[in-house]
Amino acid sequence: MKALVATLAASLIATTAMAQNTSITIGMQLEPPNLDPTGGAAAAIDEVVYANVFEGLTRFGSDGSVLPALASAWDINDDGTVYTFTLREGVTFHDGSDFDADDVVFTLDRARAEDSTNAQKALFAGIENVEALAPNSVQITLSSPSGNLPFNLAWGDAVIVAPESAAGNATNPIGTGPFVFSDWVQGDRVELAANPNYWGEPIALEAATFKFISDPVAAFAAMMAGDVDAFPVFPAPENLAQFDADPRFNVIVGSTEGETILAMNNSAEPFADPLVREAVALAINRQEIIDGAMFGFGTPIGTHFAPHNPAYVDLLDRSPHDPDRARELLAQAGYADGFTTTLKLPPPAYARRGGEIIAAQLRAVGIEAEIENVEWAQWLEQVFRGRDYGLTIVSHTEPMDIGIYAREDYYFAYARPAFVALMDALDVETDEAARVDLMQTAQEMIADDYVNAYLFQLAKTGVANARIEGLWENSPTQAIDLTGVRWVQ
Amino acid sequence: MRAPRSGDQVLIYLGRRFVSLCLTLVVASILIFGIIEVLPGDPAAFMLGINAQPEAVEALRDQLGLNQSLIARYFDWVGGLLIGDFGQSYTYRVPVAELIGDRIWVSLPLALYALVLSTAIAFPIGILAALRRGGVADYGVMGLTQLGIAIPNFWFAMFLVLIFAIQWRIFPAGGFVGWEDPVAGLMGLTLPAIALALPQASILARIMRSALIETLDEDYIRTARAKGQSRRGVIWHHALRNAMIPVLTIIGLQFSFLLAGAIIIENVFYLPGLGRLLFQAITQRDLIVVEGAVMLLVFSVVVVTFAVDMAYALVDPRLRR
Repeated sequence: MKALVATLAASLIATTAMAQNTSITIGMQLEPPNLDPTGGAAAAIDEVVYANVFEGLTRFGSDGSVLPALASAWDINDDGTVYTFTLREGVTFHDGSDFDADDVVFTLDRARAEDSTNAQKALFAGIENVEALAPNSVQITLSSPSGNLPFNLAWGDAVIVAPESAAGNATNPIGTGPFVFSDWVQGDRVELAANPNYWGEPIALEAATFKFISDPVAAFAAMMAGDVDAFPVFPAPENLAQFDADPRFNVIVGSTEGETILAMNNSAEPFADPLVREAVALAINRQEIIDGAMFGFGTPIGTHFAPHNPAYVDLLDRSPHDPDRARELLAQAGYADGFTTTLKLPPPAYARRGGEIIAAQLRAVGIEAEIENVEWAQWLEQVFRGRDYGLTIVSHTEPMDIGIYAREDYYFAYARPAFVALMDALDVETDEAARVDLMQTAQEMIADDYVNAYLFQLAKTGVANARIEGLWENSPTQAIDLTGVRWVQ
Repeated sequence: MRAPRSGDQVLIYLGRRFVSLCLTLVVASILIFGIIEVLPGDPAAFMLGINAQPEAVEALRDQLGLNQSLIARYFDWVGGLLIGDFGQSYTYRVPVAELIGDRIWVSLPLALYALVLSTAIAFPIGILAALRRGGVADYGVMGLTQLGIAIPNFWFAMFLVLIFAIQWRIFPAGGFVGWEDPVAGLMGLTLPAIALALPQASILARIMRSALIETLDEDYIRTARAKGQSRRGVIWHHALRNAMIPVLTIIGLQFSFLLAGAIIIENVFYLPGLGRLLFQAITQRDLIVVEGAVMLLVFSVVVVTFAVDMAYALVDPRLRR
């Protein structure tokens, strides 16, 4: 009898252990509005489906490198205008239909069509023609040479979809990835299950659940109670020390592509004056903001570029914290008594908390920044589209996005012709050394013009059960890639 | 001849209430639509983010039907409502009715659960306090209910989570697994229901106490006692029944509040309820969901009020005169 009980107990323990070893519950602060990464910008969409459900011709690795995905290899012609991609064979979509060159043509034509609602349509702007040469070969012709195509195609917005299922991807995503979509309880969770027919390396997990917990205190409770196994982007940095001290958890600190900036409206007085912009940049004490608003997580930046990028130049010495010099510059610009402006803050903590500190720092040099808290929708309408603002704080999370400084219609309204020319040159340059050179000149130009005050690179701070292995440390794109995740003993 | 005339009058009274109900709904629909549509912020711009090209946003606006005139969209919306079609969510891309329907299965049971708990706590302690007026029990109940009203329910909720979910691990810290497993579903709603019920119970207990004290002072109570009825019989048959009118009114109000007002508690326990749906829809400018959900709440309040009016008409003879 005892033996029987023991066996039962042992098998019970074994089954629970096994169940635990192959399924994972991931916490996320925001719920994706839909699950189609080709039709929306919300980071939460990519976090659930990128690399898990959908795959592109290429993909980002955890270090930001561009790796082959549905394309096993590619050739570039000598002048850099024609790319030929060799596709993997034997790949099927989750609904059983075959993946071939026609799906690639469909996907790219759909993304660049006139009525396309792709949030990153600019990624496909250089494509002139997409042609299926054979079921396993696609030729992409560009209007001008570009070395960026494999990088652009690695974005979540460029994942390959099938003509049969594309229209329904918002609620029933059908991709080629290692996980199949199984259920979405709106407001609560999305469930994925392992794809038994996956073409690539087999994955360790059998099921994954993404749970949406918007309240930071609730997120803390859910981790502590064990309801959630990992929170890759944990919303409350103030709790990280407590998790770090607890052997049950690992705190994962990495970098993101998010340059957090104090943006200035270059199109209106007083920020149209470079002296005023320089004064603002010198009034800022970055470390104070990182310590006070981000609990020490974040790397100071002196320009709009990620410090972990090999082409990054350290330009922090162009805008050291120097309030006396800032007051002098303001006096030179004709604002000896300072001025009053608006500081519009979107919801994230870096903006709301950072804004309070920045307002105090600006007050010290005579600039009265009136804080106005706005929701994202309002921010988009007033600041982004209407340019009705003086200052605002935003983290620009797209990878390698210095090109936005060349956009004439962009909200901080820089678009200096010399800078635009620089970006045009970068677009057609394929030599790596020359590209790095151009990128560095661009970084210096915007730092010297004090377009915005550059604050810090947003850190990625996550928490996970200590027995989980394989989560991304850094965030080269906004993804929670589960393909390499496993439980260890 | 008296009876039919009074019946007619009830019908006339109810008919008038019905017409006013319909008018309220029409006015509410215009107000809701008007106010929500003038909110700054474009759902299409929100969905495509800050790297989107203007033409892509325009294409999405077309797809969502946002480029039609305001009036055309209003009639589209109201026409749909009349046949039970709430439209399609801009961001989720599923029918609004489906979204709301899913959430109701969390919000309605939660509201009922909280209401049951709140009455179960409030009635005995309210009655006890009234009967022991001025005594230790009365002071105890009054002090505790004062505390219950003063403590913010989200704080109390976190306190419950700390003890029952993190320390003792009896209940989950939040989330809702669905009703396929009714026990787990009920477990998930228990802490939120307690957190919601505490302030409601405190208010209700105080109302119960004062209403009962008031009726106990009435002449008819003394008369009943003088006629030889027992103290217990008087309390049960006369005092409590009469004290129930204000109490029931408060319960009705509390129910409407619990249905829509649980948003903070839903956030603390990350429950997929109506309040959170509304909140999310507002931040995402998913206006059609906001309009549908608010309209439904207005409808439920108006219908409950109508039902209460009907009940009054049947119960209170003065209304028939």
